[in-house]
Amino acid sequence: MTSTAVIAGHEVTIDDEGFITDPSVWTDDMAAALAKNVGIDELTPDHWTVIRHLREDFAAQGETPTLRRITSNIGIETKRLFELFPKKPGKKMAYIAGVPKPRGCI
Amino acid sequence: MTTETEVMKPAFLADETDRKVCFICSKGNLDMAYPALIMANGAVGEGIETHIFFTFWGLDMINRKTMNDLKFTLLGNTAMHPPRRFGISMPQWLGGLPGMTAMATRMLRKQIGDQGVPPVPEFLSMLVDSGAKLWACKMTVDMMGLTLEDMHDGVSEIINVAEFLELSEGAQIVFV
Repeated sequence: MTSTAVIAGHEVTIDDEGFITDPSVWTDDMAAALAKNVGIDELTPDHWTVIRHLREDFAAQGETPTLRRITSNIGIETKRLFELFPKKPGKKMAYIAGVPKPRGCI
Repeated sequence: MTTETEVMKPAFLADETDRKVCFICSKGNLDMAYPALIMANGAVGEGIETHIFFTFWGLDMINRKTMNDLKFTLLGNTAMHPPRRFGISMPQWLGGLPGMTAMATRMLRKQIGDQGVPPVPEFLSMLVDSGAKLWACKMTVDMMGLTLEDMHDGVSEIINVAEFLELSEGAQIVFV
């Protein structure tokens, strides 16, 4: 089930969990609005490093990287990921980056 | 009047609750160590309060002397088959031959590693960094003549059954 939502002035299709269904429609200016929706008021350079990596890795692999893969790929610590995207880091960062939620278990 | 910055909480955050899950690890075999660690990792990543209580042979998972060297044996494992050769059982006597446990352990470690899953001590650190809590069972620690200093750095405390039952009140408990 999909529906439409307006994110930072862009009308986009979202799935029943709220994720943007087509990663290609995502633009930088949507990230801040999406972040606010999950309780993150300001995107710092560290947030952006993770968001950019998610976009790049998804484009290259066709799959959203898991936390474990992100820490191995860009050397950021697990603890830091939980500070940047508290509670549900995997889903929150994917939501902000406009990619599907991660499917891997680790 | 609404503005463009109106907050719309996505549906995946709507289920945020006080959910809590406690895993009890009672086995020290390599193949019995991973299920709880993987499920606990999933739980903590979903924002669920996560605890792991290590008791009996499960203490080997957090004992510095053993945690790097958990083993996997063919013996008593009727599901064992050659890699990717489903339906062909390994004869049990094979597991008793010298070197078979070491070989099976090496193979399983490699298969787990190939999935991007870290070795047990590193996995425990990752869980603690994610916010999970690790607890050692008092009776087992006493029985084995150990102290907190013998445990993985991530272990919070040595607690008894009563304390475990207190902290797991209202939690879902998974026994491995």
